[in-house]
Amino acid sequence: MKVVGKAIPKIDGLAITTGKPVYTEDLVVRDALVVKILRSPYAFARIKSIDVSKAQQLDGVECVLTYKDVPDARFTLAGQTYPEPSPYDRLILDQTLRYVGDEVAIIAAVDEKTALKAVKLIKVEYEILEPVLDFEKAGESGIIIHPEDDVHCNFDIGMDKDKNLVSRQYTEMGNVEEELKKCEIVVEETYYTQAQAQAMMETHRSFTYQDHLSRIVVVSSTQIPFHVRRMLSIALKIPSTKIRVIKPRIGGGFGAKQTACTEIFPALVTMKTGKPAIIVYDRTETFSCSTSRHPMKVTVKMGADKEGFIRAIDIQGISDTGAYGEHASTVFSLVGDKTLPLYNKTRAVRFMGDVVYTNKTPAGALRGYGATQGTFAVESTINKLAEKLNMDPSQLRLMNLIKEGENSLYHYEHMLGSSTLHKCIETGKRMIGWDEKYPRREMGGSKVRGLGMSVTMQGSGIAGIDTASAEVRLNDDGNYTLLIGSTDMGTGSDTILAQMAAEILETSVANVTVNAADTDTSPFDPGSYASSTTYVTGMAVVKASEELKEKILESGALLLGVPAENAEFSGDKVKVVNKDEFISIKKIAEKMVVAKWKHQLSGFATFGSPVSPPPFIAGFAEVEVDMDTGKVQLIDFVAVADCGTVINPSLARTQVEGGIYMGIGLALYEDVRYDYKGRLQTNTFMQYKLPTRRDLGKIRVAFEESYEPTGPFGAKSIGEVVVNTPAPAIMDAVYNATGVRITKLPITPEKIYMGLKK
Amino acid sequence: MQINVVINGKSRSFETDNNEFLADTLRKHGFLSIRQACNTSCCGLCTVWLDEKPVLSCSLLSVKADGRKITTIEGLSQEAEEFAKLLMAEGSDQCGFCSPGFIMTVLAMKRELQNPTEEEILHYLTGNLCRCTGYMGQLRAVKNYLGVK
Repeated sequence: MKVVGKAIPKIDGLAITTGKPVYTEDLVVRDALVVKILRSPYAFARIKSIDVSKAQQLDGVECVLTYKDVPDARFTLAGQTYPEPSPYDRLILDQTLRYVGDEVAIIAAVDEKTALKAVKLIKVEYEILEPVLDFEKAGESGIIIHPEDDVHCNFDIGMDKDKNLVSRQYTEMGNVEEELKKCEIVVEETYYTQAQAQAMMETHRSFTYQDHLSRIVVVSSTQIPFHVRRMLSIALKIPSTKIRVIKPRIGGGFGAKQTACTEIFPALVTMKTGKPAIIVYDRTETFSCSTSRHPMKVTVKMGADKEGFIRAIDIQGISDTGAYGEHASTVFSLVGDKTLPLYNKTRAVRFMGDVVYTNKTPAGALRGYGATQGTFAVESTINKLAEKLNMDPSQLRLMNLIKEGENSLYHYEHMLGSSTLHKCIETGKRMIGWDEKYPRREMGGSKVRGLGMSVTMQGSGIAGIDTASAEVRLNDDGNYTLLIGSTDMGTGSDTILAQMAAEILETSVANVTVNAADTDTSPFDPGSYASSTTYVTGMAVVKASEELKEKILESGALLLGVPAENAEFSGDKVKVVNKDEFISIKKIAEKMVVAKWKHQLSGFATFGSPVSPPPFIAGFAEVEVDMDTGKVQLIDFVAVADCGTVINPSLARTQVEGGIYMGIGLALYEDVRYDYKGRLQTNTFMQYKLPTRRDLGKIRVAFEESYEPTGPFGAKSIGEVVVNTPAPAIMDAVYNATGVRITKLPITPEKIYMGLKK
Repeated sequence: MQINVVINGKSRSFETDNNEFLADTLRKHGFLSIRQACNTSCCGLCTVWLDEKPVLSCSLLSVKADGRKITTIEGLSQEAEEFAKLLMAEGSDQCGFCSPGFIMTVLAMKRELQNPTEEEILHYLTGNLCRCTGYMGQLRAVKNYLGVK
């Protein structure tokens, strides 16, 4: 292959790195009104009265909207394919406020200063209600967060509003209770994971204006343009033909922008005033008033025979979705979906539990999407089981993990298409020096080093649901335009999709212009989430490119006056087989588009897969702990990945390094605290610690390529699987160093110290 | 009030409020490379040079820049591109949102430190956050740029 598999630089790299105006806020149209939100200071309250007259009278204020002024249709902000599995539990503005930061009023003014002044002039009288802050007690609190009659789901997800229950889930294969009884070794542990923030550098933002057809154009830092269009149509009660959504370059997403938290506000202002409007959330608003990772409590019970074959796994959990149910049921289901298929020597597995509402910041999508929480719980239990069996945890995994060509209780009907996970483990062990260093080494003084490991899987797109289309066009001057609806959020997906098209069309990436993520011009794509773009959109691009190539060949043959089977496609020309006679692609393009043939050539394809092939990672951590203070330092993290074929080695490597970094943050640094009134305390980078470049040790990455038969050039996904292994691997490394098992993330020096003192 | 600065080699006058920060003044006047991610002086995205030294423009009052020399990445495009290409070669440009501020810090470091060690590099750059890359590719790019091991 000439283009695929090469470290082609990102096509937008120079513009984004050197500060060119290509992001949402840079592109705002002139004289846009500045939109600000008045937010609830209480975790649970009802508006008794609201007086906006003073704000409205302020010079420069164009629009003040309260719950009395907005459409009353319930909707979800979750970016999922319709019918969404998230409850329709939101109004644009509601008389009831369900968390600190919930929207009370929308203000638009000529500039930011005036808008902020107007926010302060609004007088609200609140009836303060008792909030539900402890998710473990949400069901029995007697307080109902969503009593409204019109909250509804598109289909049954096990909702029971009276118990603050968004979703109840139960999946069992075999009989877990019976199998556990038969097991010679059984271990059990309960884990807690925190509400990690996505913390992409570009906070939430969007702007809107009316075009020449009086349609609302929404330019937004979003991962989901098509879903945003549909959501706006539902929430604003206008036909979707009246809406256009465009995604420019965006400064990171990580799932945050799979929930449409800003677009409705400026869109409504533009609808009401006819004027352009912009909203930019600051960091505090982004922390407090968008979404985060669902915090969970997960209990895992695992049974094995004395040889070490795992026969039963039981996972029971509770997930906290906060005030609204975006991604509530689906994130939770991935706790089981992305852990239980790994261990296929099981005779019974079960996953069950509840997702509940609380009066806290809503949870949503974040890289890993439930698999992260599940991996922490299940892999930590595997490590505990290994200790109980007196086995090396890598050995325990090697004898229990699913292999290529095998099935599992979870996916009984689908054989695993590709996996090099066993090889990933062997390579990772070699890289980190497992056999020499495991489990612990005294380093002199009070310093001890420990090693730990974990494995994980994710998916590649949502099986049977994610469907993407792509078009490749041969332009009049002989180059190509690739039209896609997927949303590069910095990952480089526009580049790798162009690589795929260029590979098939035997041309260079420079000869393929990528036009993406505009609902007026792009073919449908759900957007970039669920690790779907390389695999799902990629396959659509491959098929569209192949179709175009075939058409070019046929047209070339026609113009050469030979049958198609006597012609061959060769990069910049179509030639007659075994002869010097040829016609250039440029000439074909020119003749087909503008001359007598009147037939512009393009390839179009739609792809959706019945399977979601899992990428895998084996992760290995070495930590150093000061036994006197509990201070923990990550020394080395080795991640070995199987993402199928690596389409672009430098971009794939950075995806792994970046994901491991985010996982390290989850494991060691990113703590989330609320006060007793339900106010988020960790709402700036002062309180919420993102790891800096000095907090990490080394992150080392290797790939063990497999070939996924259903993927483009054998590729699977890489974007999410990368975040899952650090927490369990580091947890076990700390345990091996200290004997302290921290089951509640993050693993802080305080917790280790307290454990050491026990 | 009005401030007079030399920005990227050119004399300019900007109208600014007394309580306005330089990042906002610069963006208002078309220097759109200035990006902000934190509002608490923690992220480094808004880094520009004030009299050749890197500063956080989000927490520097514009009036304090009066009479001084400001450099943004727009004024260093050739040098910035040279380093940006090394970032891109590592795939560590990613979303790019933190890059202009990061690059301004790297270019300042190049002027300030001779043949720095890895520890010195990390120390100098530690105030520049990045959520995409895990910093590893950035470090490789910096080492390639400085020609250090």
